Amino acid sequence: MDLNKKYTPQTWPDHPETATLEGKNKFVGFWLLLAAETVTFASLFATYLALKDKGPSGMEFSASELFELPLVFAMTMILLTSSLTSVYAMYHMKNHNFKAMQAWLGITVFLGLSFLGLEIYEFNHYVHIGFGYTNSAFSSAFFTLVGTHGAHVLFGLSWFIALMLRNSKRGLNMYNAPKFYLASLYWHFIDVVWVFIFTVVYLMGVIG
Amino acid sequence: MSSIAQKKGFGATIWDYLTTVDHKKIAILYFISGGLFFVIGGIEAMMIRIQLMKAGNDFLSAGLYNEIITMHGTTMIFLASMPLLLAFMNAVMPLQIGARDVAFPFLNSLGFWLFFFGGIFLNLSWFLGGAPDAGWTNYASLAMASEGHGIDFYTLGLTISGFGTLIAGINFLVTIINMRAPGMTYMRMPLFTWTTFVASALILLAFPPLTIGLFFMVFDRLFGANFFDVAMGGNTIIWEHLFWIFGHPEVYILILPAFGIFSEIFAIFSRKRLFGYTALVFATILIGFYGFMVWAHHMFTVGLGPTANAVFALATMIIAVPTGVKIFNWLLTIWGGNVSFTTPMLYAVAFIPSFVAGGVTGVMQAMAPLDYQLHDSYFIVAHFHYVIVGGVVLALLAGTHLYWPKMFGTMLSEKLGKITFWFFLIGFHLTFFIQHFLGLMGMPRRVYTFGANQGWDTYNMISSFGALFMAIGVIVLLINVVLTIVKNERIGNDPWGDGRTLEWAIPSPPPFYNFPQTPLVRGLDSYWIEKMEGNKEGMVYAEPLGDIHMPNGSIIPLIMSFGMFVAAFGAMYHMDGDKAWALPVLVIGLGITFGSMLVRSLKDDLGFYITKEELLRDAKGGNNNGSK
Amino acid sequence: MKQGLKNWRLFALLTALLVFLSGCGREEISTLIPAGAVAKDQFNMLILSSAVMAFVILVVTIIYVLAIVKFRRSKIGEDVIPEQVEGSAKLEFLWTAIPIVLILIIAVPTVYSTFELADTSDMDVKAEDGSMTNLTVNVNAKLYWWEFEYPEQGIVTSQELVVPTGEKVYFNLLAADVKHSFWIPSIGGKLDANPENVNTFYLTFDKESSELEDGVFYGKCAELCGPSHALMDFKVKSLSPEDFDTWVAAMQEDVTPAEGALAQEGEQLFGADGAGCIACHATSGVGTGGKAGPNLATFGDRNRVAGILEHNEEEVKNWISNPQKYKPGNLMPSPKELNGGKEFTEQELDALAAYLMSLSVEK
Repeated sequence: MDLNKKYTPQTWPDHPETATLEGKNKFVGFWLLLAAETVTFASLFATYLALKDKGPSGMEFSASELFELPLVFAMTMILLTSSLTSVYAMYHMKNHNFKAMQAWLGITVFLGLSFLGLEIYEFNHYVHIGFGYTNSAFSSAFFTLVGTHGAHVLFGLSWFIALMLRNSKRGLNMYNAPKFYLASLYWHFIDVVWVFIFTVVYLMGVIG
Repeated sequence: MSSIAQKKGFGATIWDYLTTVDHKKIAILYFISGGLFFVIGGIEAMMIRIQLMKAGNDFLSAGLYNEIITMHGTTMIFLASMPLLLAFMNAVMPLQIGARDVAFPFLNSLGFWLFFFGGIFLNLSWFLGGAPDAGWTNYASLAMASEGHGIDFYTLGLTISGFGTLIAGINFLVTIINMRAPGMTYMRMPLFTWTTFVASALILLAFPPLTIGLFFMVFDRLFGANFFDVAMGGNTIIWEHLFWIFGHPEVYILILPAFGIFSEIFAIFSRKRLFGYTALVFATILIGFYGFMVWAHHMFTVGLGPTANAVFALATMIIAVPTGVKIFNWLLTIWGGNVSFTTPMLYAVAFIPSFVAGGVTGVMQAMAPLDYQLHDSYFIVAHFHYVIVGGVVLALLAGTHLYWPKMFGTMLSEKLGKITFWFFLIGFHLTFFIQHFLGLMGMPRRVYTFGANQGWDTYNMISSFGALFMAIGVIVLLINVVLTIVKNERIGNDPWGDGRTLEWAIPSPPPFYNFPQTPLVRGLDSYWIEKMEGNKEGMVYAEPLGDIHMPNGSIIPLIMSFGMFVAAFGAMYHMDGDKAWALPVLVIGLGITFGSMLVRSLKDDLGFYITKEELLRDAKGGNNNGSK
Repeated sequence: MKQGLKNWRLFALLTALLVFLSGCGREEISTLIPAGAVAKDQFNMLILSSAVMAFVILVVTIIYVLAIVKFRRSKIGEDVIPEQVEGSAKLEFLWTAIPIVLILIIAVPTVYSTFELADTSDMDVKAEDGSMTNLTVNVNAKLYWWEFEYPEQGIVTSQELVVPTGEKVYFNLLAADVKHSFWIPSIGGKLDANPENVNTFYLTFDKESSELEDGVFYGKCAELCGPSHALMDFKVKSLSPEDFDTWVAAMQEDVTPAEGALAQEGEQLFGADGAGCIACHATSGVGTGGKAGPNLATFGDRNRVAGILEHNEEEVKNWISNPQKYKPGNLMPSPKELNGGKEFTEQELDALAAYLMSLSVEK
């Protein structure tokens, strides 16, 4: 593969992420990884549901008393929007418009960071009012599930940032196009997981 | 980066293996380390049988015995059987589909080193305060109560090596999906490739639950979480579910590739196409599929209620059907063939009755009410050794003989091989057949001693005696390996003479790019077709001779895995609370891992090209020693 | 190869012979000599499934032996290339259908029995006078010993389960520490004692244990629970309903003081003013479970000391002076911890043993 080959929007393939064998391998492999991630989160969700509201006798916090929807709703909206902006970024990637892609990715990262900030605030708040990690089986399950998602967000953001900085000078080529694509795919996955967290943990938690 | 054969110093060879991304060399790495752990696990097994030789024996203390059974099981499953199978998958599968390497050579190396450091970490527990002692199933209530760091070695070690296995699984899946040679359709893939494919899919979906279970336990033990702390609202049954959701597919992860190896052997040494190839493929897929729906049959006595027990009992029984289909297709492959009883074929032939015996006791245990009697008794011990030794280990020994020439370019002695075979087979049946009856006579498993006069004395003695036979068999095999290496008699492409699939069409061992020209596959048993049509080259080509793109070697996988190894120590000793160095070690370890990940990500690695001229020179010079 | 086959036959023959000779194990513990309805049910399933499986093995063996004998290369010829058969849809259908039929044969009793054995709906049925019609025993599994509580009768015992014959006895199982599993092989299959939830099932005892050579059925812990998992044995005495009622009545009586100087000395030592054994071990059968140590009200009537040692004064003394030696990891304190830093003297041990052996409800 020649890194120095220059592409124009005309010579750029329609599906740059799968135009090379390496790209194809990465594409398939990443989908498989997401399958494994799905099972991972399924295990976490199942455990959370089994341990929901379970704790030592006289436990102070239960889901319906603890969660407050407005903040979580804002977080959900932010993350959903960031998924959309990463779609825009990929749209520009496929049109070989590097600057626009970087810009949209920048917005995605900004939204992701806001989400993460709010999550940290939320956790901090819980710990502050006495709902710590070691508080009960419920608290352990809650923090582990939501925290694992948060760790994925952090990893996704680091990935985006590393890719953007690394390629800022040299633009798009067949070598890094699949990488951008996969990072964006990962971001969508994180988003989907959050939708489930929002539903299963927060909505169902508040309802009781 | 020349393909010209060159004499290399010892240091250079070591460095070559530490940095290799070549699937054939990684196969050898898996093979050696898996073999090493197999011997360690075997020594542990011998100690168990010595202890149980007679009633009230005091060869091992109670606590030590529990550590040994735990490590025996864990080592044999995670550190011996799986890596040895991964060795054969790595060595053979890419050749069978006509690929030059796996889809992700770098990840292939990473997978190996993660497994390796995980295994080393787990075994270091012997020297650092005691091994895990809650059984290989590590049930949560006992594991949480276990003192010392044994359980932490188990959880962290298996987490690390589990990541390695998961990576290997994804890698093989992508390789088979994307890298098949032209004409190699799914329904022309050799059965070993098929079983690798299905086993990899099982790895992909089964390992995450285990990882999550292990994480829960790490969090509970090290960071004060409450997943399994009943007083804090936790529930230990969650561990059992997560473990067996992994654990049952794991059985098929082991046995399916073993089936694959035997399928190859039956076809080669019966000199006949596999009978009912299509049925065998679908049976493989079905077994993999059902494998995920039966985990609770390990939990019949947990108290899940009659409905759950009945459903899981029926689901379990259904698995017998595709397994039976396989057995009969193998029998019909032999039927009408021209059978040569080489060492691999002897193992394959012995496998059928041994595995059928293990299979039928499995169906008996599927009858939930009967399992209330059999569960956690020596009957279970007999059953799973019949399927795992009678299935998987026989396949590993058969595969060692079958693929040794392809991996190393020499032949293991057939004479010594047969001696090993008889010792091992007789020892195996002697050890485990009798254990069915011990179980039925009320002997629970995992007991470090037993009282005299419960009717168990003679049988235990016989069982221990049989283990000795198996040990002799393995020792003969090791002698065989040493002698073969010393003699170093090189052999040709198709040493068994009746090879059917692509790997036998190329030199032993193959050049590091495998195929100078990608083959064109014209049907099932590609090499056989060409042979029968008198094609001396053994294959037709799908492309003209041209430059070949190959990946660069890298030391990063080793460093990345080493980082995890270091971090695990930090995490583990952090729990003690009195070791100030633990947290920095954890941070440094993770730093090494993520740092090298970043380096890998930022550094362009585009591989290199072997030119046409070099390929031509290779072909003329007959360079087939596989070095680069 | 030929030599090998000969070895193989010889070996198979020997094995068969051995199995035949040593029979079915001991009737106190073997699942092959069932002494209760549940175990009989399970034994019948064992026979049924063994028969079906023997049929499968027979079919496979015949095809197998014929195949490897008929189609050896030495017979077929070195250079013969056999016909490359693809397969046969008919055969595939056949060996899919037949196993399904075989599975149905064993599936029906499996499902029936699974529900039958889990049916504990009669457990809480009350007679007209408000008492329970069926006996219920609460089993508490603890690190290496078993506590048996009879809530309706208001009594508690340990290490030796006493039950009436000829009726369903219901069990509530719970683990006090780590997971254990309750198993009386000759009476019926096992059920786990989990730390988080009570498991309930029933067993029936059809044979009086006095007819057995050792006088008791053997019970086991079947789930790895720590170093002394192998030693977590208990015994079962099945009595005729009349004898059982007598036993219950005797358990409900007040404790009589020890007789004889030595036993009295032992009682003194046992009590709060002595070594304080009484803090963990009750000597009265009346009460509820939950004590730290086994209830000793029936100590003199037992079959074993600590579930594993011969039942004599010598072993009692051995046990008291070094419990860790006989059951590694058990929770009983060493003599020094109890006796103000000193070992018990021989005299003290004799006294304790005499006292303990005098604790009886059967004499």
